[in-house]
Amino acid sequence: MVAVARLVAAYRAFAANGASGAPAWLKDLREGAIARFDALGFPTTKQEAWRFTNVAALTETAFDLAHPASRIPQLAEIQPFLLGDGPRLVFVNGFLVRSLSTPLSDGVRLDGLAQALVDTPDLVRQHLSKYAAFTDRPFAALNTAFVHDGAFVYVPAKVTIEEPIQLLFLTTPVDAERVVAHPRNLIVLEREARATVVETYASLEDGVYWTNAVTEVVVGDGARVDCYRVQRESDQAYHVAVTDVHQGRDTTVNVHAVAFGAALARHDLRGTLAGPGGYLILNGLYVLDGEQHADHHTAIDHAAPHCESHEYFNGVLDGRSRGIFNGRIIVRPGAQKTDSKQTNNNLLLSGEAHADSQPQLEIYADDVKCTHGSTVGPLDPKALFYLRSRGIGEVDARRLMTYGFAAEILNRMDVAPLRAQLDEIVRARLAE
Amino acid sequence: MLEVRGLHVAVSGTEILRGVDLSVKAGEVHAIMGPNGSGKSTLTQVLAGHPAYTVTAGTATYEGKDLLALKPEERAREGLFLAFQYPVEIRGITNSYFLRSAVNAVRKHRGQEELDPLDFLQVLEEKLKAIGWDDTLMNRPVNEGFSGGEKKRNEILQLAVLEPRLALLDETDSGLDIDALKTVANAVNKLRAPDRSFVIVTHYQRLLNFITPDVVHVLADGRIVKSGGPDLAHELEAKGYDWLRAGAMVS
Repeated sequence: MVAVARLVAAYRAFAANGASGAPAWLKDLREGAIARFDALGFPTTKQEAWRFTNVAALTETAFDLAHPASRIPQLAEIQPFLLGDGPRLVFVNGFLVRSLSTPLSDGVRLDGLAQALVDTPDLVRQHLSKYAAFTDRPFAALNTAFVHDGAFVYVPAKVTIEEPIQLLFLTTPVDAERVVAHPRNLIVLEREARATVVETYASLEDGVYWTNAVTEVVVGDGARVDCYRVQRESDQAYHVAVTDVHQGRDTTVNVHAVAFGAALARHDLRGTLAGPGGYLILNGLYVLDGEQHADHHTAIDHAAPHCESHEYFNGVLDGRSRGIFNGRIIVRPGAQKTDSKQTNNNLLLSGEAHADSQPQLEIYADDVKCTHGSTVGPLDPKALFYLRSRGIGEVDARRLMTYGFAAEILNRMDVAPLRAQLDEIVRARLAE
Repeated sequence: MLEVRGLHVAVSGTEILRGVDLSVKAGEVHAIMGPNGSGKSTLTQVLAGHPAYTVTAGTATYEGKDLLALKPEERAREGLFLAFQYPVEIRGITNSYFLRSAVNAVRKHRGQEELDPLDFLQVLEEKLKAIGWDDTLMNRPVNEGFSGGEKKRNEILQLAVLEPRLALLDETDSGLDIDALKTVANAVNKLRAPDRSFVIVTHYQRLLNFITPDVVHVLADGRIVKSGGPDLAHELEAKGYDWLRAGAMVS
């Protein structure tokens, strides 16, 4: 309760100062959201959706609203996170750093949300908070209350952006300061547009901080988007995020989500197939060690007929880490000819690591194909012997199999420099 | 090459091999036949070092070394190869990556330089050409979604690339149609060499129509009960195994 009151007070200060110049609709949105957060409070493990994830640590730490960094990082410092010279937005503590970014404003719009609210307020208003509902999601409500900056990507009809757009979110913990940032991202593709967007969450230094992100992706009829999301926060950080993808007719969406970092991470990922002929792939990987805890709650909402979805999530769990996967598939009445497949495989590398895998199928149509499968277990001893019988030593064989388990997910990714970057992270983790 | 003496093997307390003697010289091809459950597969698994089997008595010497004292990977690096009856899937790892890892493990052991992906590709292409196969299996994850025939072909391909001195083939013919059987047998024949020996385990004689062995053994109830020339295989095909089993029990 104290934590909720503290955040509501922080909101009052934010609304009175930094956000006081906002248009009326935005003020209303924020007011509604903080009221909802106040009513919902922090989730507890008594709630089904939070049964395995205790957020007490978030309520026990006094987080201050992040402010723009006093020191802007050098390009060399962020280079390890970059994928090349393609279009990008770089945020530090939730605020766009223009000097490190390459905004676009010629038809295609790539800019901070704060700037977009000034330049194209109607476009933002049309979509903001229309997809990431916060009625029953306290963290989405909190993010919406503090909505200020984040990435705004707009691709007009029939425009294809070949190069991946990179959105880099960095936090720089300073001294003993505990900050929370609420990045808010809005990605809009008009009809038959195409783009690839890579969201990366990371820190320049280790430290305790909290990222509370919301990303909304709107995909117009016939459009295609490839969304990559890399969570490699500091090992002491808290990362809570909501991603909502809304698909029109005949759309193709690939969402790749990789989680390596944070002490406590929670990602709610929802795809809504709102028009017929939609195709959605959710491809996820979590690699955890030590005391790390990562919870992925995914939902695929088949709201229209003739849509196809495939979901693949693999978890590699070492140390005393814990991975939670909850995969909900909803097939609405009338969503006939739905084809939906879900798999979640968890590899336990230590006797103290733990995985929970919960498929959740809710099917209200009769002419559908829905399958799911999940596994939790150690490396297959038969495969281990097979590799050793070919001359590969036991340690290398274990490493190879573990790498393969992760590579199964990475192999579905098309952005070569990102694929290489992730490969390197996985290999480094396995070499530890 | 290989000398097995009085080998007794148990798995979870049950004795499966009860005193196997086998002597294989360089360049020879030995066939081991026998009814189901006679211990044929156990013999190959034990020689390859499967940890689930316990040797309770006897010895196995390979090129003068105590084979049973070596780890499975050490046996492979010394030139022993087992073609599995049930090849195992390795998810997420392509066949070519897996094979290169294996080749490099062996090369490292021999003090040779490891092959980079390009060098390896060259070696691989030579081997494929030698046995007349293409590279369609190379970029797929190891054995994942392979048909029965593809899995067996993949085992023989590994044999070709790893160039063992002693190759154990465990029921390589099982589950193959006649065309696949011929393909596999032809490749094996091309891989026969004066310094390479084969031990071919099979339930049926039909593989031996295409690969002519030097010696045929019959394994029944955990022992080799009869050995002979290639004709023994035909005799077994005609008469079955029961006459030998009964004899084994009487003796």
